[in-house]
Amino acid sequence: MGGRLSYDGAVLCAPVTVPYERFSRETAHHWTARAMRGLAEATGWRAEDFDGFCFASFTAAPDTAVGMIQHLGLSPRWLDHIPTGGASGVMALRRAARAVQSGDADIVACVAADTNHIDSFRQTLAGFSRFSQDAVYPYGFGGPNATFALITDAYMRAYGVTREDFGKLCVAQRDNARSNPFALQRGELTLDAYLRARPICDPIHLYDCVMPCAGAEAFIVTTPEIAAKRGLPAARILSTIERHNAFPDEPEQLRGGWAVDVGELWSMAGIGPKEVDTLQVYDDYPVIVAMQIEDLGFCPKGEVAHYIRATRFGIDGDLPLNTNGGQLSAGQAGAAGGFQNVTEALRQITGQPLGAAVPDAQIATISGFGLVNYDRGVCTGAAVLEACA
Amino acid sequence: MSMRPLRNPRDPMARRKERHVPPGARSSALHAMSARAAMGRFVLQSCARCATTTYPPRDACPRCWGPLDWTDQPRGAQLLSETTIRATTDLYFRDHLPWRMGKLQLDAGPVALAHLHADLKVGDRAEMRLVIDKGGNAALFALPAGGSRDMEDRQWLEFVVPVKDRTILVSDARGAIGRAIVGALHAAGARLVVAGMPPPARTSDLADPLWALDGVQPVPLDLADPVSVSECLSRIGGPLDIVVNSARFVRAGGLDGNSHLIDLRRAMDVSVTGFARLVQACAPMLAGRPSAAFVDILSVHALAPDAGFAGYSAVEAARHSLLQSFRHDMRATGVRVLSILTGPTDDEDHQSIPPPKVPPGRIAQAVVTALESGLEQSAVGDFAADALNRWTADPALYIREKNL
Repeated sequence: MGGRLSYDGAVLCAPVTVPYERFSRETAHHWTARAMRGLAEATGWRAEDFDGFCFASFTAAPDTAVGMIQHLGLSPRWLDHIPTGGASGVMALRRAARAVQSGDADIVACVAADTNHIDSFRQTLAGFSRFSQDAVYPYGFGGPNATFALITDAYMRAYGVTREDFGKLCVAQRDNARSNPFALQRGELTLDAYLRARPICDPIHLYDCVMPCAGAEAFIVTTPEIAAKRGLPAARILSTIERHNAFPDEPEQLRGGWAVDVGELWSMAGIGPKEVDTLQVYDDYPVIVAMQIEDLGFCPKGEVAHYIRATRFGIDGDLPLNTNGGQLSAGQAGAAGGFQNVTEALRQITGQPLGAAVPDAQIATISGFGLVNYDRGVCTGAAVLEACA
Repeated sequence: MSMRPLRNPRDPMARRKERHVPPGARSSALHAMSARAAMGRFVLQSCARCATTTYPPRDACPRCWGPLDWTDQPRGAQLLSETTIRATTDLYFRDHLPWRMGKLQLDAGPVALAHLHADLKVGDRAEMRLVIDKGGNAALFALPAGGSRDMEDRQWLEFVVPVKDRTILVSDARGAIGRAIVGALHAAGARLVVAGMPPPARTSDLADPLWALDGVQPVPLDLADPVSVSECLSRIGGPLDIVVNSARFVRAGGLDGNSHLIDLRRAMDVSVTGFARLVQACAPMLAGRPSAAFVDILSVHALAPDAGFAGYSAVEAARHSLLQSFRHDMRATGVRVLSILTGPTDDEDHQSIPPPKVPPGRIAQAVVTALESGLEQSAVGDFAADALNRWTADPALYIREKNL
């Protein structure tokens, strides 16, 4: 465990999902406010009760968390702004938990919110990062599809993963989405339809891509006592890991930062992957889902094709995966896509799912992957959560 | 009289095809890469402390945070992974879908994303080129190692200007350089070379066998005369793909009392004001073409004066300045503006200069090469290459030493 402190004294509660919209005329501030409204309705707390605020967004410019708290009338004594997109949920809960544990804050609102105007996606892309601007976009301007197409191409060649394998993951997530009333895509997806979809950036086809949308996700990190006093079902953190820019000298991203710290993830948690009731991983593209299954230790590296073929990923399956449908079916609301894993895991293990419930779910593993820069995603993180008794 | 065969009449109501250029925002470090790519160099950054070679462009070494220098690198590479982009929000690439790109392991060390030649497959060895895209910025292109039929590659053609089947104006085809250029362009497969003939007309003009060639058309053109310029270009009428400005007015002489100011005035009128007339008349025609270029033949005296050719040096420097403004103006249209720097040429203008002198045929070949390999700036011959190197390394020293 490397002498790391446990996360005793901090719990997660009050998962909030503001229903997504494909396009919105509103601002990130509007969506953040709706998330705060959701937290307030779930807990009964008012603005003055939140003494910590942790924020993630791509579309709040020119504001950061600073502008946002003033906009929303908050007066926290602990403030954080997390720019890591798909890794922001795990990072938010880690940071907020340490703040609560140490007494620097008692009630931290963690919020990710993004709007999606008609042209937001193109604009966010165009200004995404210096390496992307200099060394990726000039090469066809395929956006993240092109970068992940290269990662997918290399991964399929290295490990013998097929489109049918990725298709099984996407179809399972779509099946899971069908009971989630907020999922943007709930129609049936067959493996045949997946395989015959139009190519976007070979080998990536239409159903390998998420649908950008507007929305918000939020949760609260507080002490077990405060949560219990409010009667809020809560979960504790068994362990977390975080790693950025891992393996920079490997020419292809065949593994992510989880592979550096996965031993610590399970030793700190005191359990193994087999004891996990549901897995909520970042799913901007199915290749990243497969990579996380391997790098988090659910199967040995290089054997994910076999594992996918042998495993049922439905809500009542062997390993219930992205049980709200994930971003691939629910939609990707910017940075909120990096919070879905936390809110969905929290709902499932505290018995308040949006749709169908994973039977007897107590332990969830969540995993984040953020900010594709140049040829790979840079930020990774994971956590193991357990329902409070 | 029209100079070209009758074309199908155009629909007057049809919308003209709009031309777009690739996304243009870049970091300062990448602009430094582009400045070197413009000269045909294949460069990456290497750390001055630990020698690590890095890409994409950075402002410090990612290993030791030492300073980075641009250094020439081996061009070999191997293709690791590839994709064909079929959807994009960018208007330029939308016009060119599907677009193939991939990731290569460079022999120089880093991995790099690059445009791919159609023949390249994953696992193949490649030869890297650092080219200038239509927006004016450096781009990596991977060609199959060991040569290929580049001029048939759809993507490569976006980075070069083919001569074959194009209509080209050479602004002064009477001098030795201009005649050599007309001959080289014709030999390279140009559909029509319009050969500008500055006044006065001479009976010997008709004797040149060049003008008898099918696809070469001599036309009166005096850059010093606005009416002549507009008449010449209106006679071309149809699509014009390439303009080569070979007009020059070379006279020896310094600034002493014996120099002829009338020569300086004439040189200004041909080489500076005349250049502007030519550019204003042809730019709109070039801007509508899918692959267009303006090539200017400049003396290296444009960089630093030769006191023995003071007036000539001054007008070349003035045109060099205008040319760079013109290049900036054309960025938004995708028209390439290429400069070819030459030392003293082996012609009637440089009879008093000892060798090395550049034969006109080499300049003509350099025009074709610059077009067909997308070289924004090239130096022809040892004199110009040496001058450009010294000027690039230390302009203040070069100007001082040149006239010792």
